[in-house]
Amino acid sequence: MANFFRDNPDLLFHLQHPLMQKIVELKERNFADKAQFDYAPIDFNDAMDSYEKVLEVIGEICGDIIAPNAENVDNEGVQIVNNEVVYAKGTQENIDALVKAGLMGITLPRKYEGLNFALVPYIMAADIVSRADAGFVNIWGLQDCAETINEFGDDDQKERFLKRISNGETAAMALTEPDAGSDLQAVQLKASFNETENKWYLNGVKRFITNGDGHISLVLARSEEGTSDGRGLSMFIYDRANKAVTIRRTENKHGIKGSPTCEIVFKDAPAELVGTRRMGLIKYVMALMNGARLGIGAQSVGISEAAYREAIVYAKERKQFGKPIIQFPAVYEMIARIKAKLDASRSLLYETCRTVDIYKTYMHISEERSLTNEEKAEMKYFQKQADFFTPLLKGMASEYCNQNAYDSLQIHGGSGFMKDYPIERIYRDARITSIYEGTTQLQVVAAIRGVTTDAFLNKIREYEEIPLKDELIPYNNILKGMTEEYAKTVKLVLETKDNEYLDFHARRLVEMAGHIIMGYLLLFDTERDERFLASADVYIKMVKAENIARAEYISNSSIDDLKFFR
Amino acid sequence: MGLNIIVLAKQVPDTRNVGKDAMKEDGTVNRAALPAIFNPEDLNALEQALRLKEKYLGSTITLLTMGPPRAAEIIREGLYRGIDKGYLLTDRAFAGSDTLATSYAIACAIRKIKDYDLIIAGRQAIDGDTAQVGPQVAEKLHLPQITYAEEVFSAEKGKITVKRRLERGVETVEAPLPCVITVNGSAPECRPRASKLLMKYKHARTETERKEQPSCYDNLTSQRPYLNISEWSVNDIETDHKWLGLNGSPTKVKFIESVVFQAKESKKLSDNDNEIEDLIKELISNHTIG
Repeated sequence: MANFFRDNPDLLFHLQHPLMQKIVELKERNFADKAQFDYAPIDFNDAMDSYEKVLEVIGEICGDIIAPNAENVDNEGVQIVNNEVVYAKGTQENIDALVKAGLMGITLPRKYEGLNFALVPYIMAADIVSRADAGFVNIWGLQDCAETINEFGDDDQKERFLKRISNGETAAMALTEPDAGSDLQAVQLKASFNETENKWYLNGVKRFITNGDGHISLVLARSEEGTSDGRGLSMFIYDRANKAVTIRRTENKHGIKGSPTCEIVFKDAPAELVGTRRMGLIKYVMALMNGARLGIGAQSVGISEAAYREAIVYAKERKQFGKPIIQFPAVYEMIARIKAKLDASRSLLYETCRTVDIYKTYMHISEERSLTNEEKAEMKYFQKQADFFTPLLKGMASEYCNQNAYDSLQIHGGSGFMKDYPIERIYRDARITSIYEGTTQLQVVAAIRGVTTDAFLNKIREYEEIPLKDELIPYNNILKGMTEEYAKTVKLVLETKDNEYLDFHARRLVEMAGHIIMGYLLLFDTERDERFLASADVYIKMVKAENIARAEYISNSSIDDLKFFR
Repeated sequence: MGLNIIVLAKQVPDTRNVGKDAMKEDGTVNRAALPAIFNPEDLNALEQALRLKEKYLGSTITLLTMGPPRAAEIIREGLYRGIDKGYLLTDRAFAGSDTLATSYAIACAIRKIKDYDLIIAGRQAIDGDTAQVGPQVAEKLHLPQITYAEEVFSAEKGKITVKRRLERGVETVEAPLPCVITVNGSAPECRPRASKLLMKYKHARTETERKEQPSCYDNLTSQRPYLNISEWSVNDIETDHKWLGLNGSPTKVKFIESVVFQAKESKKLSDNDNEIEDLIKELISNHTIG
């Protein structure tokens, strides 16, 4: 009978961020839909109330259905029967409940039978679902693919496919191939155009495709013969109703076992082009991946939340040497750090989400009318921030979720190593977050531009100027000191003008910036609500020491050292 | 062919997770300390009605509840899940009703609703645990009744086929329509609230609610009549006063004893799974745990 939204006041806290007024007003275009749709909000407060009430439904489904099913789903896994993927029984129950509750097209416009919610409540739903079952969120969260169709598909495609997703059909994004993983430019799956039929056909193999047997798949394929790089790739929609795909196998995985990971073979599979040819990787996959990375950020935060809760419950219950183990400094320090990393990554999640929300909505508005110069500038500002915050979030939150799952299992001692406690599953599920949708190392490649262009530094300078309560000023001073140290260290590396040397230290530099940014975010949270003080204190003092270590390492390093690592 | 279904539901104090202040000094239920919820088996009943509505196109569901003004929440919960209309039967004249007076008032309200093929109620409410109201309504309306229903197989061509859960098994029975069925807790759980319906109906309120706690969204009701929840007082239905409320309630509480559980007898279990499972089942069924 738990409600995973109501039992966690931190969620409501982030939902009620002051910037939501702007986000909702942009998203609802002056609340014009209310004349046409009986479920559209009347005004800002009404929209926020709807977000809250719908999140409460999700919280209830998670507490009553999804979380209790998680263990069996993990044990049961998935099967292929007659060339179709069959989910675990619990997975199907989860989907049925979410379909009945109308939660499959949360961000889609109402004219496509979606809820037209902003991204923040959708990502919050993903945060909650991930706490309940991190494997399941992969199936449900693929409604992201609909966002890509909504952004780049034509009106006819939107009309035909988006309503199906709103009403419960699942999706997949088929990008990876055996020889094209991190390097998607190497995609080989062939798309050929049949002039007489005026139709595209797909031939080839995709691997590691989450929910590869979904109703509607977005497929990246090589449409331009004779090309070998990203500019020869286009994006296609494949409809499962065509039955032109063989599900060759599903992977036997370390974690997220309820989520089917498929190897699929396209054989003369009819498909529809999305948008324009050659833009598949350069534009559409980038958009799709940014959405997916935000989703993995939410998944990581949800897993951290689950790990934190398991740690607390166990540490309070387990008695050794005559008292609950939570009373020992070695244990309560670990728990406080789990919570600090959880709070820091959740704060970065919603900060990133708000920026994506604003620029994406402006982008959609620009299709309806031309934006004012002021609006254009604002869209650009938020888009730029989203571009370097998204990989930072994905990288940091997924690494933290792994650390948190590790520490939580450690607190469980030998019991945590057994299948008897949920942490064993949570620990396995966490592992993938820092790998898929681009490894942490690739997030660093994307985020390092935020370091070299000073985008992170400029954002931090903005944060410095935001007024704080007197009692928080000492923390601001620590962060200011860390910022000077960071700027100095970046300069040291950039002065060498050596790209390999920059790559070598890139992760350290990105993390230094990330630590400062998350430190500020926790201070702003504490400014709004005292209960984040502990996390702000623990986090800022922890990352101060970590940044000193990184700065020290870098200042003692030189290009000549690289030979010892090669 | 569509069915006209009436669902009977009750708002009850949540007696499942009681704290130490759940009872007052005098041994009566401290309603203020317990959250008011949709009676669990009435939710099972509602789910059966919703399934029939999906199966037989053109069906309608009307939810009828009797209680204080705040019981309008039960009707909203029904609207969020797919009922078409709700009536709140509320009046001081109904206060103090036992099961006989309750079923009398409800039967009178059903006569006023008039067109119905099927009446579905939960087996019993968790506050009184009597399981009498559903059967008494059937008697008063001279309708056949099927109790302990777990699944409705079909309801067409003037008859209904229902699976019943008995103590040691199940049986499938048939009855002519219209009839009353009461649904067991072992029937499928009720579906979650549907988000679009939740947003559509969240401003639905009774006149009393609009009067007592005005909201800035009340003016919507004039353009959206479905946002008005109908309240029926004793004057809206045809009744004989002598059967109502305390007057119509032969059940009198003589005294209430506060029972404190004490360990009087002990039971020895061996360490095999079956015996442990039996104990768990026993403790759940007598509400010691759950």
